[in-house]
Amino acid sequence: MPIEILMPALSPTMTEGKLVKWHAKEGDDVSSGDVLAEIETDKATMEVEAVEEGKLGKILIAEGTDNVPVNTPIALMLEEGEDSSALAAAPAAPAPTASPAAPAAEAAPVAAETVPVAAETEWDGPTVKMTVRDALRDAMAEEMRRDPDVFLMGEEVAEYQGAYKISQGLLDEFSAKRVIDTPITEHGFAGVGVGAAFYGLKPIIEFMTFNFAMQAVDHIVNSAAKTRYMSGGQVSSPIVFRGPNGAAARVAAQHSQCYASWYMHLPGLKVVAPWSAADAKGLLKSAIRDPNPIVFLENEVMYGQSFDVPESDDWTVPIGKAKIVRQGKDVTITAFSIMVGKALEAAEALAAEGIDAEVIDLRSLRPLDTATVVDSVKKTNRLVSTEEGWPSAGIGAEIAALMMEHAFDWLDAPVKRVCGVDVPMPYAANLEKLALPQATDIADAAKQVCYAK
Amino acid sequence: MPKKPSKASPSKGAKKAPARRAAPGNGASPEDLLTYYRGMLAIRRFEEKAGQMYGMGLIGGFCHLYIGQEAVVIGMQAAVTERDTVLTSYRDHGHMLARGMEAKGVMAELTGRRGGYSKGKGGSMHMFSHDKGFYGGHGIVGAQVPVGTGIAFAHKYKDEDSVCLTYLGDGAINQGQVYESFNMAALWSLPVIYVIENNKYAMGTSIERGSARTDLYQRGQAYGILGEQVDGMDVVAVKAAGAKAVAHARAGKGPYILEMHTYRYRGHSMSDPAKYRTKEEVQKVRQERDPIERLRGVLLDEIGIEETKLKEIDREVKAVVTEAAEFAQNSPEPEASELYTDVYA
Repeated sequence: MPIEILMPALSPTMTEGKLVKWHAKEGDDVSSGDVLAEIETDKATMEVEAVEEGKLGKILIAEGTDNVPVNTPIALMLEEGEDSSALAAAPAAPAPTASPAAPAAEAAPVAAETVPVAAETEWDGPTVKMTVRDALRDAMAEEMRRDPDVFLMGEEVAEYQGAYKISQGLLDEFSAKRVIDTPITEHGFAGVGVGAAFYGLKPIIEFMTFNFAMQAVDHIVNSAAKTRYMSGGQVSSPIVFRGPNGAAARVAAQHSQCYASWYMHLPGLKVVAPWSAADAKGLLKSAIRDPNPIVFLENEVMYGQSFDVPESDDWTVPIGKAKIVRQGKDVTITAFSIMVGKALEAAEALAAEGIDAEVIDLRSLRPLDTATVVDSVKKTNRLVSTEEGWPSAGIGAEIAALMMEHAFDWLDAPVKRVCGVDVPMPYAANLEKLALPQATDIADAAKQVCYAK
Repeated sequence: MPKKPSKASPSKGAKKAPARRAAPGNGASPEDLLTYYRGMLAIRRFEEKAGQMYGMGLIGGFCHLYIGQEAVVIGMQAAVTERDTVLTSYRDHGHMLARGMEAKGVMAELTGRRGGYSKGKGGSMHMFSHDKGFYGGHGIVGAQVPVGTGIAFAHKYKDEDSVCLTYLGDGAINQGQVYESFNMAALWSLPVIYVIENNKYAMGTSIERGSARTDLYQRGQAYGILGEQVDGMDVVAVKAAGAKAVAHARAGKGPYILEMHTYRYRGHSMSDPAKYRTKEEVQKVRQERDPIERLRGVLLDEIGIEETKLKEIDREVKAVVTEAAEFAQNSPEPEASELYTDVYA
């Protein structure tokens, strides 16, 4: 039976083309790889090669023909042992069938969060006063004791004891095998961490700050976050990328940026940004145990602040659960990381003016605990979102959109965003203060949504 | 630890030899040579079929064929064991077949079907197999290099004596992250072999137009990584060089670079008209250096294998590819609900 040669698709977007020229004639013997014809696609003129050996029996589409649909038979090839009498037996050229159309996308639930969130256990045992710095170190040390596959890698994490002393003492306890100083090559060592995670280790990759993670962002996005999906669930990246995020003090534009919204954008990643030492410890432990890639955003200014932390090696905080850190009935204020402290400060000032604010520490940005925010808004009917980052496509933009979708009927005022000013961070002390959202800005915004000002 | 400078030691096979008088068996047994022949042919027939199916609209998007380069992965696979690991860039079909992944599963991934290695969600450029130690299939040029270095890190961390074969092209070699990886691999003596598949063209940019120095095996010199040039069109030479590099890495002596001189016959992807090189150039390589034809010549003329035996292999290979193509067309598309699965563990 002669073999039909079909008009080939030669680009991802080609649906038809021009048969420019036949290089082979009827009766020619051709072998695999020989150029049969030239075809003009939507992008270029391409050569069509023979895939099989045989004799070109009959040309069905003459050269110079325009608009030949993909999959139209253009010639018949005779196989070994066939002669032209076989051509008569060839079936009539079937009408080309279009390639199957992609099924219409199912209506997707908005921001489908299929991630199961564990229940949070309230701690009523003993607590100890501890800085965020020590809480982060203890979280890593406890998890490294618990699981030999956990290791810490980054710049100055070992012999220097951490650029911000987060890893103090870990080298002594766990040796250079598990606490690894890297050269200053974020792109490279982030990728090394992802490879180790593919193979089943549980790396903690410390970025000296998240500003430098921009060098490594391809591995966070393309290598870590997407591989589970691209592999049909075969290969996971149980890795934590952690380090200080946001503004420190007087380090100007390239060292003062909040990357929360960048990472919150990405399916496949989880994003955590704790405020208190207890949450820093409990969430970092959960992050290390989590089988997914986690971006864990710390804040340098918070490292030295002290909080009560549960005295337990087993206590963790579930990722994906917000926490109401101040109950109130008049207005909801959402915050994460350092902004929680500023929101609480604003709430105290508002209380003096008779406005009772509820403050929610989001803690996790992906998955975001939308339900807790919605429930709060149903009670207060007003919402102020706060973040250090810029307003454009920020966390506040996302929360405002979610409230439109989930709490529109309960809102008595438009959602208000308090963000970093939309400029690169200035160096001058007075300008830096103006660029960062302050407690007074939050209080002002709360009064506006309460129509109290 | 003092590092020895890199030495050039081009393999003997690097001389241009006519197809029928290529490198002799070089100590490889007739059984080995037949295994290589079958392996290379299986890749070529698979890729020809993939090209044909792309033409029929059954395969979408980008499709980068490996035709011409078969000796590299077959020779390297002969130098490693199942406990070793492999990863590469987006021109990955040959690497997966060499690794023992099923043609059916690879082809069904190309057609975007349920039976594909990634359930149809990865496509040509993104496939993986834990069972076969194959870690992708990476679509970002050069990104597989630190990832492979990380897998080698994990081998060492777990006290395994496995090595990781990290393939990259003559385009990827100019990426900065490659040198970050070389530095760490040498610094920490990681068991990784960087196999540079120098097929002369980074998409449409010839190596001379893209690289200040074209002797790529020397790119590890600054880090004390030994490098070697290999005739990547001679499967026996590849196996010999691979075995040496693997022994080096397995012995805990750190990374090794192999620069494979090879050639792709087809365009960079299916939509590449390949106007950046002449037809004569391609034809010359096909006639004089084709890895399958060279080995065929050795098998027939030097080893004395009967032509009928090779025909039998041809038939068997063809049957596997035909079965794969049928499977890839008959396997259903993924369920719509698969859209939402495998995002999180």
